Amino acid sequence: MGLEEKIPSGFVLTTVEKLAGYMRKNSLWPATFGLACCAIEMMAVGSAAKYDIARFGGEVFRASPRQADLMIVAGRVSNKMAPVLRQIYDQMSAPKWVLAMGACASSGGMFNNYAIVQGVDHVVPVDIYLPGCPPRPEMLLDAILKLHEQISDTKLGVNRAQVIKEVELAALNAKPTHEMKGLLA
Amino acid sequence: MTTFDPYAPSRETTEGKVFSVTGGDWDALVQDIGATKEERVVVNMGPQHPSTHGVLRLVLELEGETITEARCGIGYLHTGIEKNMEYRSWTQGTTFVTRMDYLGPLHNETAYCLAVEKLLGITDDVPERASVIRVMMMELNRISSHMVALGTGALELGAMGPMFFAFRDRETVLEIFEMITGLRMNMAYIRPGGVQQDLPEGALTKIRDGVKLMRKNFKDNATLLIGNSIWMKRTQGIGYLDLAGCTTLGITGPVLRSTGMPWDLRKLQPYCGYENYNFDVVTADTCDVYGRFLIRMNELEQSLRIIEQCVNKLEKLEGAPVMVADKKIAWPAQLALGGDGLGNSLDHIRQIMGTSMESLIHHFKLVTEGFHVPAGQAYVAIESPRGELGASIVSDGGTKPYRVHFREPSFNNLQATAAMSEGGMVADIIGAVASIDPVMGGVDR
Amino acid sequence: MSLNDQAGGMFGAKGTGDTSGYGGLVRQAVNFGSSERPYGSYFDEVADDLERAYPEFSDAIERVVVDRGELTLHVKREKLVEVCMILRDKLKFEMCMGVNGVHYPEQTGREMHAVYPLLSMTKNQRIRLEVSVPDADAHIPSVVEVWAGNNWHERETFDMFGIIFDGHPGLTRILMPDDWEGHPQRKDYSLGGIAVEYKGATTPPPSERRSYK
Repeated sequence: MGLEEKIPSGFVLTTVEKLAGYMRKNSLWPATFGLACCAIEMMAVGSAAKYDIARFGGEVFRASPRQADLMIVAGRVSNKMAPVLRQIYDQMSAPKWVLAMGACASSGGMFNNYAIVQGVDHVVPVDIYLPGCPPRPEMLLDAILKLHEQISDTKLGVNRAQVIKEVELAALNAKPTHEMKGLLA
Repeated sequence: MTTFDPYAPSRETTEGKVFSVTGGDWDALVQDIGATKEERVVVNMGPQHPSTHGVLRLVLELEGETITEARCGIGYLHTGIEKNMEYRSWTQGTTFVTRMDYLGPLHNETAYCLAVEKLLGITDDVPERASVIRVMMMELNRISSHMVALGTGALELGAMGPMFFAFRDRETVLEIFEMITGLRMNMAYIRPGGVQQDLPEGALTKIRDGVKLMRKNFKDNATLLIGNSIWMKRTQGIGYLDLAGCTTLGITGPVLRSTGMPWDLRKLQPYCGYENYNFDVVTADTCDVYGRFLIRMNELEQSLRIIEQCVNKLEKLEGAPVMVADKKIAWPAQLALGGDGLGNSLDHIRQIMGTSMESLIHHFKLVTEGFHVPAGQAYVAIESPRGELGASIVSDGGTKPYRVHFREPSFNNLQATAAMSEGGMVADIIGAVASIDPVMGGVDR
Repeated sequence: MSLNDQAGGMFGAKGTGDTSGYGGLVRQAVNFGSSERPYGSYFDEVADDLERAYPEFSDAIERVVVDRGELTLHVKREKLVEVCMILRDKLKFEMCMGVNGVHYPEQTGREMHAVYPLLSMTKNQRIRLEVSVPDADAHIPSVVEVWAGNNWHERETFDMFGIIFDGHPGLTRILMPDDWEGHPQRKDYSLGGIAVEYKGATTPPPSERRSYK
């Protein structure tokens, strides 16, 4: 803020990216996509009883995906539900983010079988994964806050195109999991 | 009639053309239906909807505001839990079963464990303290489940205030659960043979305080809704289903009790020592949504009564075992309160690792292989907040279940949607479904 | 039909010299002989009432098993609807708690079992009906006209096991997507999990791990 103190008052200096990020993160309205047990913990977060998401900007859970920014996939996604999930995601307008809440949404959880999609990232691009079975409401709020940080740092325009290129290059050159040496090596 | 459409095939029946709605091109399907003479509108209240209580799909055929046909599409939460349990040991089955009806996890666990204990033949050997703890946890669970039912039911009908009060009271119960079992939901606390571990210090005081607080707080919701003219207009006379309808559809729980029939398995076919408690079976005789709402509100008070009696009993049974005495079956969890929550008791570890080889082998085999359950079939039913929850278990003598099937009350009760709402208005189907209180995890398993 | 004999002791492989415990996932048939009279508690009353109301009792009922305090009547599928009508009207078993299927692949000729738990509210009694059909001809008459609540249960049993209920008003898949192939809860349908990948190793899905039987 050093420069702003030297010029006549009434000016704030910032970047367009920071301003856009600040506005987007502070008014992140979730879309209701509660499926199973995690949905109940999500309801506990959404209701103003003890853990309140409204104080972080998620004032109201929009039922219509066209009015929502954040899709919290809370619960296990079965094979029958996957096309519905994709359709709801497509109906959201950009900018949009996806939070995979719980072990079942992140990776299929304890249900490694014919009926459950092993991680919703097979269906929609996920921005933040939240483990837990079910995660405590505080964990969900923590994930949303981390997502806020991620959102406030997103680049726009030319910078964004560059970031996308870099990320893609890194992903193409990355070592696949089965070639990595973990603690078993 | 266009060429065969794999997403909306139709066939002629005696009642006209019947379409199988599977998704895909909605427009093509509606076009075909629109070719009929009547002004019928087909509305799909899809699986993602704020008011359908979970991933339930309602396909409604409307004529103006009146519903002429209502069909439920379920299966959007099918998890294959029953098949998955065939590859896990009997004790691990508890963790799967808990996640079926996720609003009443302890009820699922109890039904499963009672059935396993029946097959093992140890129903009488389950210690009394374990049974009392089971009853207390189930009644606490009944309160938290009814709170969600009331809160979300009111929310779906447009009242937001009751939702906040309901979830606030639910937090009281969840804190008690967290203190006793370590988790707020899906606790896997009740195991075949007893419960996982005893109540920690201070649990009984916390429960007593919680009961006092809840008694005071339940009045908030009651004053908001009972006698509220808007609420009564929206719930009285809606979702009518009389006794004949209930018995032929196999409906149990608050829906059956709203017809006036005092059918409660806790009184009539008691389990876990329920015959030793004083409580009333709450009924209503209006057969409508308002009656079921009143039943749920009054059942909260009855549950509080039972919990108080349980706490008094537990004080007298201080120090009694909570797992069956047979060491070949009892889960060897010797847990103690550690720095980060719960951990293994150091004494137990010292014994199995340091002192006795046989203890180590025993512990190992019990945890990895599990116990064998003699072959046979058992069906045990308990009264869950939604109705009769039955566990039908087949064993082939091995360490894993051969077949586990849960007769979930929500699966049966949802079949009543058509009977309750056809002929009524669209806004009333929400109330009817909310009064059935289906939990889709239980419906689809 | 052999009884599943229980050797003494809890652990260990049965029937082989393999003491490692890793006997593989081996399934055995579950079969009991018929129980003899007196059955005990209210079961005699039920059996007598049924015999009185339904003279062709011995034709329709193949076996009566009383085990662990529960009465199971094994019914022939052709007589199922008749027996159910009599149980509902004369013996007052007003409620049927649904159908569920069990698949015993080793019992050739009787692989598919459908189990119907019944409840009588007037008499506060429970019994169970069991129907066995061969896999090649898995048809069972539907009891939807007796107890309407079995509608979805029969659809679920069809979906999960492939048992076709003749006379059902709309026998379609209910839990799986409508174009799914196969019937998941049959024993010959694999659990279908994927291997979980770690750095440098994978864990196979639960159906393919070596395990105790």
